[in-house]
Amino acid sequence: MELISPTEFAKDTVLAVQDYALLAGRAVVNLFRKPRYFADTIQQADLIGFGSLPIIVLTGLSIGAELALNSANTLQRFGSLSLIGQLVSVGMVRELGPIITGLMVAGRNASGMASELGSMVVTEQIDAMRALGTDPMKKLVTPRVISTTFMLFFLTIISDLLGLFGGAVVSVLLFGLDWHQYWTTAYQALVFQDVFMGLLKPLFFGFIIATVGCFYGMTARGGTQGVGRATTQAVVASSVLILIVDLFITKFLMAVFSYQ
Amino acid sequence: MTAPPTAIEQRASSVPDAAGNVVVFENVSIGFEDKTVLDRISFRLSKGETKAIFGVAGSGKSTILKLALGLLKPDDGHIYVLGDDVTQMSEDALFELRRKIGMVFQESALFDSLTVRENVAFRLLEEGHVAEDEIEKPVREALSFVELENTVDKFPSELSGGMRRRVAIARAIITHPEILLYDSPTGGLDPVTSTTIIQLIVKQRDVYKTSSLLVTHRLQDAFVMATHYFDRKANEMRPLPPGARSEVPMAFLILRDGKVIFDGDVHELAQSKDEYIREYIS
Repeated sequence: MELISPTEFAKDTVLAVQDYALLAGRAVVNLFRKPRYFADTIQQADLIGFGSLPIIVLTGLSIGAELALNSANTLQRFGSLSLIGQLVSVGMVRELGPIITGLMVAGRNASGMASELGSMVVTEQIDAMRALGTDPMKKLVTPRVISTTFMLFFLTIISDLLGLFGGAVVSVLLFGLDWHQYWTTAYQALVFQDVFMGLLKPLFFGFIIATVGCFYGMTARGGTQGVGRATTQAVVASSVLILIVDLFITKFLMAVFSYQ
Repeated sequence: MTAPPTAIEQRASSVPDAAGNVVVFENVSIGFEDKTVLDRISFRLSKGETKAIFGVAGSGKSTILKLALGLLKPDDGHIYVLGDDVTQMSEDALFELRRKIGMVFQESALFDSLTVRENVAFRLLEEGHVAEDEIEKPVREALSFVELENTVDKFPSELSGGMRRRVAIARAIITHPEILLYDSPTGGLDPVTSTTIIQLIVKQRDVYKTSSLLVTHRLQDAFVMATHYFDRKANEMRPLPPGARSEVPMAFLILRDGKVIFDGDVHELAQSKDEYIREYIS
């Protein structure tokens, strides 16, 4: 295996960051420029949004149920089992809902975008598109960015609600908690800042998933092996970026809202 | 013997330079990863002419086509296409220029998720000047040109390699571009299919008078093009009568080590004393 010098590695990394920033910037600028590919955006929204629904339903339900199950033991020791709804709702809405949905959609769609666009690059379909007078950034990247950002927002809401429902089922069936009590504490625990934070994050995560997936796809080189590499890198990079950005958004909003 | 045909229609006005050149390369250089691929090459493509570009693998033949389309930027030099310097144009301006140019890619580069109809109509649909219900006619015409009308609803994966090349030609010619760029259109095809493709290129050259750059490894294809014309009445390619070769607008360009070592017609090529060229054409 060929060793890469640290200087070359640093140069390549800076270049990749620059190229990613340019792609992300152009994706945003293209929102305000014609032509707009409405049909492609709807098609991608269907593939990304409705296509991800089964996995989001399953993960939302199981994460909510597991959160309730794990926290119930601790709460029982302090005789505070009634607070389980509060704990599940704050945990799901503020943090777990957005992050689990983001990671799931990243695993499913960043890889899909990278492999689809990567295959188009290595078979010269992207060059053919440019040769036919069509900007692949406008035709392929911008619709994916819009639809992923838009659909992740709603997928997160679904995930939050199903997480709460999963928690409710566990609390009622396993710990004998009253159904109404669970939902009342869950509802009353939430404040504006929780909901705002929980709904702001998916907008960032959706943008990250689409731009990272498209970036690795559009820069894929080296045939089918290169496409495979791009796919893996897209999932890893988007997942890591989601976790890092989540930390910063959480800290930033806590500071803004003077909120613990 | 029927004389070489004249254009069946007046082409949309192209903007060649004062000398009638539609493509001009001036001292163009480009390299990849510290390796110089093209080193200060210069050549011209006249209006209505077809120029076949030869060279060993990796000599930069396909790179020339991508440079002419503005898909790649040269490290040095200027490239004028239909009077515009593509080396100085923005990507948005290039998209406008590319609408006057058709390209047939080496491996066809058809969009595999679209049907043949959608592939061929792609440019018309994207330009948005033609209503969707009016697209069927030009699509059928373009597919009829390559004799593949019965494949409109098929996907590229359902077609043979030769059929995909022909669909790629139909996609390139649907808007009647002023320049056509062919990247190894017969590469990897059997002799019979290759002849069919060459016949289509000759038809495009002689019937529509389209200026073309043709990259190929197969010298015999270019010789066939230089010694044949398309007979519209018989709807087939026929050999030129003896002494009529200069009537076919066909030129040859040979690359070696990043330089142009030959640029001329078939007679000059046959009379060349250069040892490398003699060996190449033997």
